[in-house]
Amino acid sequence: MLSTYQYPKYEYVAPPEQTGGPVKRYPVVVVGAGPVGLAAAIELAQSGVPVVVLDDDDTVSVGSRGVCYAKRALEVLDRIGVGDDCVAKGVSWNVGRTFFREEEVYNFNLLPQPDHKRPGMINLQQYYLEEYEIRRARELPNVDLRFRSKVVSVQPEGRGAALQVETPDGIYQIETDWLIVADGARSSVRHMLGLEIDGKIFMDRFLIADVVMKADFPAERWFWFDPPFHPGQSVLLHRQADNVFRIDFQLGWQADPEEEKKPEKVIPRIKAMLGDDREFELEWVSVYTFQCRRMQQFRHGRVLFVGDAAHQVSPFGARGANSGIQDTDNLCWKLKLVIDGKAPESLLDTYSDERVFAADENILNSTRSTDFITPKSKTSLTFRNAVLALASEHAFARALVNSGRLSVPAYLTESTLNTPDSTAFAGDMVPGAPMDDAPIRVDGVNDWLLDHVGQRFMALAYVADPAAVDPARMAIFKSLANAPVPVEVVLVSPRGGSAELPVFEDYAGRFAERFDARPGTLYLIRPDQHVAARWREFDADRLRAAVARATCNA
Amino acid sequence: MPLNLKPNLSEPGKRYFRAFTPGDDFYEALIDTHRDLSDEQSAMVNAKLILLLSNHIGDIAVLREAMQIAREGV
Ligand SMILES: Cc1cc2nc3c(=O)[nH]c(=O)nc-3n(C[C@H](O)[C@H](O)[C@H](O)COP(=O)(O)OP(=O)(O)OC[C@H]3O[C@@H](n4cnc5c(N)ncnc54)[C@H](O)[C@@H]3O)c2cc1C
Repeated sequence: MLSTYQYPKYEYVAPPEQTGGPVKRYPVVVVGAGPVGLAAAIELAQSGVPVVVLDDDDTVSVGSRGVCYAKRALEVLDRIGVGDDCVAKGVSWNVGRTFFREEEVYNFNLLPQPDHKRPGMINLQQYYLEEYEIRRARELPNVDLRFRSKVVSVQPEGRGAALQVETPDGIYQIETDWLIVADGARSSVRHMLGLEIDGKIFMDRFLIADVVMKADFPAERWFWFDPPFHPGQSVLLHRQADNVFRIDFQLGWQADPEEEKKPEKVIPRIKAMLGDDREFELEWVSVYTFQCRRMQQFRHGRVLFVGDAAHQVSPFGARGANSGIQDTDNLCWKLKLVIDGKAPESLLDTYSDERVFAADENILNSTRSTDFITPKSKTSLTFRNAVLALASEHAFARALVNSGRLSVPAYLTESTLNTPDSTAFAGDMVPGAPMDDAPIRVDGVNDWLLDHVGQRFMALAYVADPAAVDPARMAIFKSLANAPVPVEVVLVSPRGGSAELPVFEDYAGRFAERFDARPGTLYLIRPDQHVAARWREFDADRLRAAVARATCNA
Repeated sequence: MPLNLKPNLSEPGKRYFRAFTPGDDFYEALIDTHRDLSDEQSAMVNAKLILLLSNHIGDIAVLREAMQIAREGV
């Protein structure tokens, strides 16, 4: 038991199927109530799709697992209604420091630009995130959350899948049109379907210790290469909620995990690091190894894999849950359009394509970090130490120091859903880009751009004066809301003012700056806040074509 | 031109969205060059690499500066 956290217990409630009724069929079933499955369920339910969630356990994630949640994940969590809870409880941070032996050689700031709603990262124990998601899911009448419900068989059929579910009352069967598999790294559903996941295991072991103490360490990530208190290895320190500090010690492959977990082994390691005088309480210890791997495809007919079930990365970079949450961000709007008959099923292939692309980027970055942190040969170690030796003096070497490239969203530049630019734009908001945030004023209230976009297609039309938009143009803008795939048009303008459409006042000029917007510029934004297309001049036909392309209706 | 000690890596035709990417691309290629070599073989590869790059740089004043920095603290 932890001293700072009490695990909630979620009661098992006998489902209607178990009282002898006929087999029921649902539009969507999610297997796994981890951070990713829950995010999927909430997002779909919020968009009006009823969801059944099956989880074999009756509580949240046990022990110390995910710690760092990145800005992009927080933006998605905002959309599903748990962002504020997480940020309020978590420890926000932007600065990371890297030490080599005794000296600081490098530091980075995850948020080099001002004026974003969310910080680069928060640190929060994974059980809190799950607890908040479960609370949110339970507020939604169309989420049917079933604990102690273990999926024991999956039979795909043409239009969905049939599942057998084991509960304390025995086994029952349900059917679903769509199955979202979020049952984690050891995905039993993946095994049941005979699907492979390929990649590599890293030959190293890490000890993680959660320590409760009063310490005025700043809210920063500290990483040591070869520190005097743990020679030859690396150490990572994060501050989490409730004065719990998470320490990761690299142990090497030869270490004996059972031996290393013993308090008489762990406590001296921590004392060596913190000094003998600091009082602390050991709250959790485990030893882990990790792997980087992914499935070939994340879509198998009507079975869709998300999160750790689909891909795993090494923890350097915190790309696990963060990328899983981005999977659901990508998947849910597509699935909703397909369920509503507004897009063909092939739209879901682009879920796989785009998230495989992102998974490869995550695996690439976390593999590179791992190779830097734990060099595999003497030459590799020499290069690593040479970089660190040069880094305190020379900027070029600092750029090469890799103590983990922390989770950032992929630019989906290769996606077939993008409409390529036909004119030049400055900056990074290319088709496929995850949108930058910006401060805006809406109805006289200061707010954030990312809180006002998403969950539907939107067109952001940049105008000099909202009151001066040509009425005929305004009529076309308004009519787009009634298209088969509706597009909500919003005017973005440096000046406020009222119009027949919502106005985002770009009072700080950040939108114009970040999106290289000039009067006439128009951005088409996907429901997951990625840029689909952009133009310098509005053209209704081109906009419709871009929406068709972004929904596989072209 | 004095020795450039600012980040200076990029690949023609490649667009970068993250500042760390070009350096990481390079570093991975460097480590890959040594894959499966013995320490002795790696030392030989490194020596050849320095000779190739030195010739490419050409300016001996720049090379002298680099050599001096490389020796510092070793
Ligand atoms: C040491 C460590 C540190 C980490 N740090 C970070 C970090 O800082 N940031 C980050 O983003 N990620 C981090 N991660 C990764 C993160 O923990 C995972 O990526 C995340 O938990 C994946 O979420 P998921 O929902 O896909 O799967 P899981 O969290 O594994 O959830 C799967 C759920 O499915 C249930 N289940 C399994 N089988 C069945 C079945 N047959 N029937 C019904 N239910 C089933 C399980 O009980 C579980 O509740 C870390 C991981 C570790 C181990």
